[in-house]
Amino acid sequence: MDLLDYAFMQRALLAAVLVGITAPAIGIYLVQRRQALMGDGIGHVAMTGVGLGFLLSTSPVWMATGVSVLGAILMELIRWYGRTRGDIALAMLFYGGMAGGVMFINLAPGGSNANLTSYLFGSLSTVSESDVTAICLLAGFVVLVTLGLRRQLFAVSQDEEFARVTGLPVRALNLLTAVTAAVTVTVAMRVVGLLLVSALMVVPVAAAQQLSRSFAATFAIAVVIGVTVTIGGTVTSYYQDVPPGATIVLLTIGAFVVLTALAAPLARRHARTAAAARPAPDPAECAIPATRAPDGKVGV
Amino acid sequence: MDTETVISLRGVRADLGSRPVLRGIDLTVGRGEVVALLGANGSGKSTAIRTIIGQVPVSAGEVELFGTPRRLFRQWARVGYVPQRTTAEGGVPATVTEIVSSGRLSRARFGVLRKADHAAVRRALELVGMADRAKDSVNALSGGQHQRVLIARALAAEPELLIMDEPMAGVDLASQEVLAGTLREQVASGATVLLVLHELGPLEPLIDRAVVLRDGCVLHDGPPPKALGQHALPGHDHVHPHAPTRTGLLS
Repeated sequence: MDLLDYAFMQRALLAAVLVGITAPAIGIYLVQRRQALMGDGIGHVAMTGVGLGFLLSTSPVWMATGVSVLGAILMELIRWYGRTRGDIALAMLFYGGMAGGVMFINLAPGGSNANLTSYLFGSLSTVSESDVTAICLLAGFVVLVTLGLRRQLFAVSQDEEFARVTGLPVRALNLLTAVTAAVTVTVAMRVVGLLLVSALMVVPVAAAQQLSRSFAATFAIAVVIGVTVTIGGTVTSYYQDVPPGATIVLLTIGAFVVLTALAAPLARRHARTAAAARPAPDPAECAIPATRAPDGKVGV
Repeated sequence: MDTETVISLRGVRADLGSRPVLRGIDLTVGRGEVVALLGANGSGKSTAIRTIIGQVPVSAGEVELFGTPRRLFRQWARVGYVPQRTTAEGGVPATVTEIVSSGRLSRARFGVLRKADHAAVRRALELVGMADRAKDSVNALSGGQHQRVLIARALAAEPELLIMDEPMAGVDLASQEVLAGTLREQVASGATVLLVLHELGPLEPLIDRAVVLRDGCVLHDGPPPKALGQHALPGHDHVHPHAPTRTGLLS
């Protein structure tokens, strides 16, 4: 494996694997709460952070993390307090974030939109040593939250109203989800880019759903798909000299299409075996009118 | 009242936007009682129970659960809640067991389910007759089966009080009977129940008291209108701690 001889490729592959794990891991909760495009919104906001990083000559990754975490918290607050025009407020946040990014980076000494491009669409080969450290720390946080609190996050994302009655701190968990999504966006920023990150959060989950019936299996399959496509995309971009972010996203969509095509016959076979296992379909439901009759309550 | 008060609403007002939905309602549910909240659409019955669980803020009046002001109430494991079935399906597939397990979180420390918790989840599924579907995706269930899963989720914490919002809405006859049977067992073992109903239906024999709302006010609080015949049936031997005469029921 000659590609592993290069330090930049080792860093790129490590970053790619971490993105392949974390993006679907938080994405599954966003999909579950039907906020699939939240990652996209955070990506827009993170651009302001990248711009600020250049302007202030600090690490764009950490600056983007800070700004997108603030943006995610703001989005969550808009969701609580915003009544009818919440979508307008979100639109302003998204496009304000994007415009801020372009503005700041052009104000930065020697900065131009060319610098921004590597953050918009990913640039694996320029992932630095310090980027990798940041990505590792942030990815650790995302894994800790998405796995450690999986039952709580599942309950809140499934049914917020019910979760409140089980005594879960619903608001805190919603905020944590938003913050974790923001952190994931910045983890993925160097690999697939801010404009494509949402694809890696959503599409592996959608692809996994074609095969699974349970949340746990969807989670596991989505992460396997995520890691497979990020490694596949990185390796492909090394040999074919194509942009890694776009390659990864196209591979993910390809996986979705293939799994969807495979799932239909699988589902039919599953239905047949299930029907065979249950010779008399739902006997209880047929028996019940008979038990009702003796009560004389209903003329069946 | 000689029995312990489980739910108490006094002069509760609530607004949705600028529209008053509850205009000062009083409601008391004693231990072991089965109370139905009845009323037309928009009468405020769902809002009333959502003030009890804290989903809708109260603009005036007091809500108490087990004698504790709702704001300070923390023993949520004593309460099982069945929301109106609208948001039950998430965007990701989940099995019946996964859904019901989240009902056990109120008893689990740090969200870790132990052997006893898994056993409680299985028991709850057996109570609603869904144990054989434990590993199936909830997306594959009928409306009635779905409702049974949501009730199992509420029962998983082994609550003393069940609050249900239209548990029979859109439920097929077979599931209605299963649900009525489940509820009967819960009531027999001492559970307190407050449920919103559109019509009494198969639950009629279980109901001790009906509270009828209209335009955010209590219109009637007493025996359920048409249930007299069933109350005479054998096996129906509840104590009926009827609330005192209502006064000042509002403008």
